[in-house]
Amino acid sequence: MLELQNIHWSLPGGEEIVRGVDLRIEPGRLTVITGPNGGGKTSLAKLIAGLENPTEGRILMDGEDITGLDITERARRGIAYAFQQPVRFKGLTVRNLLDLAAGQQLEEHQACALLGKVGLCAKEYLDRPVDASLSGGESKRIEIATVLARTNARVLVFDEPEAGIDLWSFNSLIEAFQELKRERSGALLVISHQERILEIADRIAVVAEGRVRVSGPGVQILPTLLHEEKSALCPLGMDRKEV
Amino acid sequence: MESTTEKLLGLISDWTGGYAGAFSIRENGSCAARRSTPHIQIEDKPDAPGLVVRVSPQAQDETVYIPACVTHGGVDDLVYNDFYIGDGARVTIVAGCGVHNDEEEEARHNGIHRFFVGKGAYVLYKEKHLAGGKGKGLRRIDPVTDAVLAEGATLEMDTLQLGGVDRTTRKTNATLAAGARLVIHESLLTEADQTATTEFSVDMNGEDSVVDLVSRSVAKGDSRQSYHSCIRGNCRCTGHSECDAILVDNGTVSAAPELYAGHIDASLIHEAAIGKIAGEQIIKLRTLGLTEEEAEAKIIEGFLKG
Repeated sequence: MLELQNIHWSLPGGEEIVRGVDLRIEPGRLTVITGPNGGGKTSLAKLIAGLENPTEGRILMDGEDITGLDITERARRGIAYAFQQPVRFKGLTVRNLLDLAAGQQLEEHQACALLGKVGLCAKEYLDRPVDASLSGGESKRIEIATVLARTNARVLVFDEPEAGIDLWSFNSLIEAFQELKRERSGALLVISHQERILEIADRIAVVAEGRVRVSGPGVQILPTLLHEEKSALCPLGMDRKEV
Repeated sequence: MESTTEKLLGLISDWTGGYAGAFSIRENGSCAARRSTPHIQIEDKPDAPGLVVRVSPQAQDETVYIPACVTHGGVDDLVYNDFYIGDGARVTIVAGCGVHNDEEEEARHNGIHRFFVGKGAYVLYKEKHLAGGKGKGLRRIDPVTDAVLAEGATLEMDTLQLGGVDRTTRKTNATLAAGARLVIHESLLTEADQTATTEFSVDMNGEDSVVDLVSRSVAKGDSRQSYHSCIRGNCRCTGHSECDAILVDNGTVSAAPELYAGHIDASLIHEAAIGKIAGEQIIKLRTLGLTEEEAEAKIIEGFLKG
């Protein structure tokens, strides 16, 4: 289990972005963090993966304090992180990246299966460089596949996985999350505005202005969110477009 | 052959105690072993040190190996190799040079290769350079390549210098006839106080000829590199050159591309990018469990291969 205790984080200029977040991400469950843009959701994901260090508070993983661990050490402890904006590499191929993520040289059918889960016609992509020749949607799906490749990960963090991908791929993504819930014992954390992702969440936390405004079981939180947004009482910036 | 030569051959070519096909092995300025095949004849050059390699039109998907090794200081090996590729032949030429120097004196190999590629022929030229040894004497490799491509001929050059070469000047000159195609992919790594100079000069004289020059380099330590390419489109033709370099530590790179369009239908493009490894690339690989050093090495490895 991953636990955030009173996490604060400020920009170098002093502006406080995360203001005392307490959150538990439980194994075997899908937790979705949602809320308006600029509310601190991506900052929380980066704090969990070690890309940023909290100015105050602790991060515990199965009871161990990992607050002082760097990115590499957290990854080796089992934290996997899918970037909101995928990184491009000149020279590294899709296959290279999947091998690095898996920590071993994957068999072709294994690499193809990972790409298939994110809606890519696998063989066409294995030897392609992860560079600007890929579209935004293709890059995003490959980014997600690098996290799926980490079979030993204990906490899987996806930052707005739906951004930039098409309908068919989005359906594949929903199936992939459901499969992860079924087949893996690790904790799933997804940052998302997307209603269909919220619908499959076991737990939902609404983060706004750097704080957790409300959290609880998805079946309880989601109807309230939808009602409030429909009534414009609480505009969370949720993307309610049908997909 | 010396054991050092055998080790170098393993690193710069496909040597596993022998070669399949024609070959000539040069060791410290002399021929160590040679074999011709029915379609690939290798002879001494009559007027200078070096070889004349004749590939007949009947050669299809055959390979010839011509590696050169220098195993100690005090050797300045200058060799002139001429390749005559018959019309319609398809051949792979594996060259490459390894220099080992445990002495204080300089060790140098300077290979001057001339290619005469016949009509419709296809040549894949693979060249790997590396150097090592504990001596303070410089390790130099200065290749010169002159290529003349006849109508519809293709020459693909895949050149790689992985490290250990203290000084190198690499010159490539080519002339293309109608429909000829020249593809050069150069990968270069320098470190410590090494220097590398690359010069490409290509004349596209035939209609619909194509040239594609891609240079990928990494300058580490205090090493210095300079790149100069000149593509002259003298008719309807297509030319592209790309120079990408990664800087590590205090490495420096100077890139000076030059394009000359001497015809209204000459289409020429140059791209260049020089800079350090993007921090986000390192971070991404660290989120996969690599250390910063491992991430940097993987990024450089992929960059040079790509």
